[in-house]
Amino acid sequence: MTATETKTGAATPGTKVMTLLEAITDAMRTEMRNDDRVCVFGEDVGKKGGVFGATMGLQDEFGEKRCFDTPLSECGIIGAGIGMAVYGMRPIAEIQFLDFIYPAFDQIVSEAAKMRYRSGGEYTCPMVIRSPYGGGIRGGHYHSQSSEAYFCHTPGLKVVIPSTPADAKGLLIASIRDEDPVMFLEPKRIYRHGKGEVPTGEHVVPLGKARVAREGSDVTVLCYGSMVPMCEQAADEAMQLGNRSVEVIDLRTLVPLDEQTVLASVKKTGRCVIVYEAPKTCGYGAELAALIAEKCIEYLEGPVVRVAGFDTPFPYTLEPLYMPDVKRVVAGIEKTFVW
Amino acid sequence: MTPAKMVKKSKPAKATPKTKPATKAKSPVASKASAAPTTTPAATPASQGLVRLLEDDGTISKGKDPNLPKDTLLYLYEQMVQVREFDRRMLMLQRQGRIGFYGPILGQEAATVGSVAAMEKRDWVFPALREGAAAMMRGLSLTEAINQLIGNGADRCKGRQMPCHYTLKEGNYYGMSSVIGTQISHAVGAAMAARLRGDDVVILGFLGDGATSANDFHCGMNFAAVYQSPCILFCQNNQWAISVPISKQSASETLAQKGKAYGMPYVRVDGNDVLAVYSVTKAAVERARSGGGPTFIEAVTYRRLGHSSSDDPTKYRDEAEVKAWEKKDPVDRFRAYLTKKGLWNETKEVAFKESIAQRVNDAIAAAEKNGPPADESLVTDVYAQVTPQLKEQLSEVLALEGRSVNQGAFPL
Repeated sequence: MTATETKTGAATPGTKVMTLLEAITDAMRTEMRNDDRVCVFGEDVGKKGGVFGATMGLQDEFGEKRCFDTPLSECGIIGAGIGMAVYGMRPIAEIQFLDFIYPAFDQIVSEAAKMRYRSGGEYTCPMVIRSPYGGGIRGGHYHSQSSEAYFCHTPGLKVVIPSTPADAKGLLIASIRDEDPVMFLEPKRIYRHGKGEVPTGEHVVPLGKARVAREGSDVTVLCYGSMVPMCEQAADEAMQLGNRSVEVIDLRTLVPLDEQTVLASVKKTGRCVIVYEAPKTCGYGAELAALIAEKCIEYLEGPVVRVAGFDTPFPYTLEPLYMPDVKRVVAGIEKTFVW
Repeated sequence: MTPAKMVKKSKPAKATPKTKPATKAKSPVASKASAAPTTTPAATPASQGLVRLLEDDGTISKGKDPNLPKDTLLYLYEQMVQVREFDRRMLMLQRQGRIGFYGPILGQEAATVGSVAAMEKRDWVFPALREGAAAMMRGLSLTEAINQLIGNGADRCKGRQMPCHYTLKEGNYYGMSSVIGTQISHAVGAAMAARLRGDDVVILGFLGDGATSANDFHCGMNFAAVYQSPCILFCQNNQWAISVPISKQSASETLAQKGKAYGMPYVRVDGNDVLAVYSVTKAAVERARSGGGPTFIEAVTYRRLGHSSSDDPTKYRDEAEVKAWEKKDPVDRFRAYLTKKGLWNETKEVAFKESIAQRVNDAIAAAEKNGPPADESLVTDVYAQVTPQLKEQLSEVLALEGRSVNQGAFPL
């Protein structure tokens, strides 16, 4: 896989402590230095450096040709990005909030996703669509959604969600190098949540490989994005309260899914809780539950439990009630034992 | 693959020729546009008018003849005749059940052939539904075209798309979707990329009158002008979007004038006049190539048959309208012009048509020999590498059929 290749010749890198957001900028800077086909564009990404600051400094370093503002048009950003990718560039399109991506939905699912297949492999669309997603910032309906499932349901797209600074950098670089369109969804709630060590320079985390965030033996918790640090806290709590040894798996890539890691863990523990902040029905957790039912039902010692958002539009004031939290995850864990 | 390999880098653009074609002076489009997107050049009141060189009977008024080289004239004619015959035969194949669907071009030959002929080999073409002639002009063989219409194993799309969705990477002919208008911003994005890379490449993007109502038209036109991208957005206004006439599609006096609002030069041309189409497109290409940005062209033409082989236009439009447009037939008009010039005659016509008929026959025979796509092609090309999930899905189903996945088939 191209994405997994690390260019030779780079010295063993050191590390730098940074936030997830800084790691994303670092990834783009690294790849823009590496490959002059890489460019980044979107609303307010130029002089301002993005509404969250993800492209801060890139226009200064690479000029307006490689980091530029676009008209306010998600459909145009993605449509033009597809044309650039088809032509031979490596575009990174920023959609300011995932909640605003819908005007571009047609371009993503009808065009980018099907490019390779429909042209018999003649044309490809190696493009990254970056977008902050998810709740936890008091953003109401239109600055909080987790609509990853729409994209997971579209063959031809890869869907990547980091949860640590090091992964944010490594996965984004892998996404930029990938030969196919990648939805790179950034959990904005933890953009500046905590700092972590990130390798400087070259750092690639291959797509399609989950991370065991915490080893455990009694129950598996599957999660991604901003749910990961929360689930780790829940794991501590479950250990303290009920002496449950919880294995937390950070999926990292929803498509393609690392089935092996997921199934191995569930077979080992015999119990599974799936945590996601999107609306519960037809969310990504439904797919995981079905997979577990199909492939390892004989190992299960309790029901597969989903801890998810509500089947409502994303609320403003009652956001804390809507979002899965430690308490709900711990309760979900208990449900796999007592039922 | 580096872009240098993917996109053949051409020599730097030659300066725009000082001697302009005779039509240039008559063209309402200024020969040189300002690079600044905010100043709209050349949108003279004459732009509202229709640029035409050939009269309906193929005569040309004195001083209007662009005097194109003989080879160019014959190429234009032969391409139009070839696609007309191809079209006729493919509709017959569809009626016989040998292909599933067809979108005929009858009546629009001049618009496609004239515009594509104005492009260089290194340029790119982003088609809509009725630009199959463009695929062939960019190098797709008749057999390959029919492979696509059948959807057989030799089809470049590997049997994955409905008929008329050709693709030809070597000819920089883009493989389109069926979604109306989405290709407009792809054409613009490719042009932006060409400009960013410093390539001497111009993009020709097609759309129909219906697409001017689609959101991607707005996005594409706006991006094209804001970034001064080297592209020509070429609208084949054939008066009908399936059953919806242009009068119900847009309240604009012309489609061409929409270019003005976006800040780009625009021109309205008689789409059944191949000389006029070629000339205005050539002028737009030269402007784009010399850094003058995009042009919007509305070619006024007519879809003489149904939207597709599945459509019956007698249900929604008056036959008298169709008859009236038959008199403006682009092929007859141009043949009359060539005949008057002494470049064509009945003997040549008969011989040429026979040779095309023979080539189409041979191509059909060759294409129909090809078998269906391999089972594995159901799951390849979704991604660069076949995922374990896709392998599993295919193996499961093939096992029921008593077949197994050819292990060598997946590029791992």
